[in-house]
Amino acid sequence: MERVPIQLTVNGQLYQAEVEPRMLLVHFIRDVLNLTGTHIGCDTTSCGACTVLWDGRPVKSCTVFAVQADGGEILTVEGLERDGQLHPVQEGFWEEHGLQCGFCTPGMMMTAVALLQENPDPSEEEIRKAIAGNLCRCTGYVNIVKAIQYAARKMRETAPAAAGIAGGE
Amino acid sequence: MTTTPIRGLGHPVKRKEDPRFIRGKGTYVDDIKLPGMLFLDIVRSPYAHARIKRIDPSKALAMPGVVDVITGAELEKAGLAWMPTLMSDRQMVLPTDRVVYYAQEVAAVVATDRYTAADAVLAVEVEYEPLTPVLDPFKALEPGAPLVRPDREQKTNHIWHWEAGDKEKTDRIFQEAEVVVSQDLYIPRIHVCSIETCGCVVNYDRATDKLTIWMTSQAPHAHRTVFSLVSGIPEHKIRIISPDIGGGFGGKVPVYPGYVIATYAALKLGKPIKWIEDRSENLQADSFARDYHIHAELAATRDGRIRAMRVHTVADHGAFDAAANPSKFPAGLFSVCTGSYDMEAAHVAVDGVYTNKPPGGVAYRCSFRVTEAVHTIERMVDILADELGMDPAEIRFKNFIRPEQFPYKSPTGWEYDSGNYPATLQKALDAIGYQELRREQAERRARGELMGIGISTFTEIVGAGPSHTFDILGIKMFDSAEIRVHPTGSAIVRIGVQTQGQGHETTFAQIVAEELGLPVENIIVEHGDTDTAPYGLGTYASRSTPTAGAATAVAARKIREKARLIAAHLLEVSPDDLEWRDYAFRVKGAPDRFKTMQEIAFAAYTNFPQGLEGGLEAVCYYDPPNLTFPFGAYVCVVDIDRGTGQVKIREFLAVDDCGTIINPMIVEGQIHGGLTMGMAPALFEEIVYDENGTMLTGTFMDYLLPTAMETPHWKTDKTVTPSPHHPLGAKGVGESPTIGAPPAIVNAVVDALSHLGVRHIDIPITPAKLYQILVEKGVAE
Ligand code: FES
Ligand code: FES
Repeated sequence: MERVPIQLTVNGQLYQAEVEPRMLLVHFIRDVLNLTGTHIGCDTTSCGACTVLWDGRPVKSCTVFAVQADGGEILTVEGLERDGQLHPVQEGFWEEHGLQCGFCTPGMMMTAVALLQENPDPSEEEIRKAIAGNLCRCTGYVNIVKAIQYAARKMRETAPAAAGIAGGE
Repeated sequence: MTTTPIRGLGHPVKRKEDPRFIRGKGTYVDDIKLPGMLFLDIVRSPYAHARIKRIDPSKALAMPGVVDVITGAELEKAGLAWMPTLMSDRQMVLPTDRVVYYAQEVAAVVATDRYTAADAVLAVEVEYEPLTPVLDPFKALEPGAPLVRPDREQKTNHIWHWEAGDKEKTDRIFQEAEVVVSQDLYIPRIHVCSIETCGCVVNYDRATDKLTIWMTSQAPHAHRTVFSLVSGIPEHKIRIISPDIGGGFGGKVPVYPGYVIATYAALKLGKPIKWIEDRSENLQADSFARDYHIHAELAATRDGRIRAMRVHTVADHGAFDAAANPSKFPAGLFSVCTGSYDMEAAHVAVDGVYTNKPPGGVAYRCSFRVTEAVHTIERMVDILADELGMDPAEIRFKNFIRPEQFPYKSPTGWEYDSGNYPATLQKALDAIGYQELRREQAERRARGELMGIGISTFTEIVGAGPSHTFDILGIKMFDSAEIRVHPTGSAIVRIGVQTQGQGHETTFAQIVAEELGLPVENIIVEHGDTDTAPYGLGTYASRSTPTAGAATAVAARKIREKARLIAAHLLEVSPDDLEWRDYAFRVKGAPDRFKTMQEIAFAAYTNFPQGLEGGLEAVCYYDPPNLTFPFGAYVCVVDIDRGTGQVKIREFLAVDDCGTIINPMIVEGQIHGGLTMGMAPALFEEIVYDENGTMLTGTFMDYLLPTAMETPHWKTDKTVTPSPHHPLGAKGVGESPTIGAPPAIVNAVVDALSHLGVRHIDIPITPAKLYQILVEKGVAE
């Protein structure tokens, strides 16, 4: 099959590759770039395990072709930690026991990062709504909500330092 | 004393496994990539029952990148077209002449990448001659029903009949009973749907003649033994690695055909093979749970004392009996269905039946059919209360096994280890304000509003199990731990069970920390690699803490006994003059003369007494003397929308008693998750087939997992009644909420409608189903 050249910034690093036009972004991330933190849990855009930020907005990378993201900036779970500092969302998930098997966790955290960029002080209801497209089979969501509340608190306290942390360089 | 805190039992230690997961650095099976790896994908049947007339792989084989197409005919030559199931049945790996369920594996293609493999699946031509499928287990038992399994000697769709309890005594009590209530309950087919699907990576290294399989397995050791028995490859030449597992819940206990085909392909082609099923395949073809058609009866006195229980169940097992149960228990532990109540007699009978549906009968986060048992008794108690005009709490208090009756011998033969049911229910009722809720309900009813309060006081049975009764394929269901303390006082623990999110790397380290007085952060836990971990039967049925948790404690105590000898040598006293207190061996009467485990560990390698072996390690294969019986009292409050039939869980309180708690944070997390997986089949999930046996719920678009929007903010509390026979008093908790929640929710919904004459609703109580009832009762808006 014919291949198309694309150029993508992923976690601040520029990648150039030739891909089949039908290759999904999630497979590009996982199989070509070997960033396996982004997971696949379904084939109907339902589970959100594959969520990444594309130009700062959360998308299900199983429902984007790699060629569509050409020229874009992608942030995956591997790009959350900066200079050995966990992102407050990562910290929150650890502190509040927001994960069990960890399979939904990267996608769940990326959705949370996007939410907190838009809404630094979300209510429980707003958090639940924001993560409604991310399925977790293990935790029952209560501690995920707490984890995101923890991150929101932490980010508000350190607002200037944390600003602009998500969405690539 | 050491300055680093020990943080043993009872501490909410943050999980040791999390740092890799929150960085996206876990290693799940699909993350494994080997040089030259090929991808395997599977051609599946569009029919529930059909003869295969022809399979033509030529078009697929002609595609660039396609390496091979494997069919049943080829596997048959290798003696691998069939494999044994855990329940003494056999199952097709790939069919040679017929398919017996929708989405069954028909052939496999191997290609250089996943996209080409998926293309090739579509290019394999298969010609079928459709046959009439048998989908209803009752019809399957009728004379003249088409045979699902003509390969068997017995020409019937009936698989087995199984009974427990005293039939004669039970029948006698029913004959003379003042009150009898009966009910049909259907507990539908559901699917565990861990967010990670199943799959494997298989590598055969010709140079070392070793087969390595990375596999989504809840039981890697047992799977290695099965693989060795099926293939004839010596067991030491097989290494199964269960890396990070993205949820199991029972669905990763069976051996699926995909694993076997991928292994065959790796051996045949000499290349590493990856097979990862997609969600539709996972939902459509992997082992299901439940599918029990239950007829239950209770006999009671007029004042509400339960005297006996009688149950008959028709169990739909699909086309192969591939249930994952202990060998002697074809219906699992269903006979624990007398629940938390003391009665004179019970009789339970179950008939297993073949139908043209996917095989299975695995747990869905439950200990071998206990969910079905608990749903039955908890519904029946409410039905009896309704019959007698009693309050559901009152009838429970009246019939509870009393604390002083433990250990309690149940009428179907189980010995409950410990419990305090009245205290737990009372705690739940007080916390939620039960009387106040009943007053509110009366007021709302008067205004035409539908509010319900549901109670479930369940007893769980976990920790299989004692070797005299429990085995899988003859392998006794003990479990194991191996501990090695290093010279500087850190340690490695290897266990035979396998985490899928339960947090073993943390809780097992806490057990060792507590027993040896070493800081939890200096202890690492490994599992899931059959080359390094001791043999164990794996993690399911909440057995990790009762079996391997006990093994870990006992192994640690063996180390402590050796440490006592070394401490005596260092302190120049007799071992009998020492006592283990505050995490150190202290001289009796002179507690400031002591040796810590860290000091002792160093001496174990540098300065140990004459006649003693050096080193500090121990192994334990723990054979539990009995099962453990966690329990709880759940109260659920619902409001029903008369315009939509929607059930809103306003409040849900779970008071659990799982004995001694190792890590309260993890226990609470397990309960939240279990409650959500209990709510799911109560309100949303059901696998549905059309009249041709085609699955209608084969994706997440139609099989509805609860999202954060439907899931309430669970409230939890606890009582602690230790298990008298477990070394730590712990009982296991991961599944209690999954079995306790459904009846609490259903009882609440039925309670909201009881004044309209509604006595039972089968799960799932979907808005459509409930709205229909509201229409019939004339209360729909
Ligand atoms: S993999 Fe499920 S939404 Fe993308
Ligand atoms: S932690 Fe397992 S799916 Fe969310």
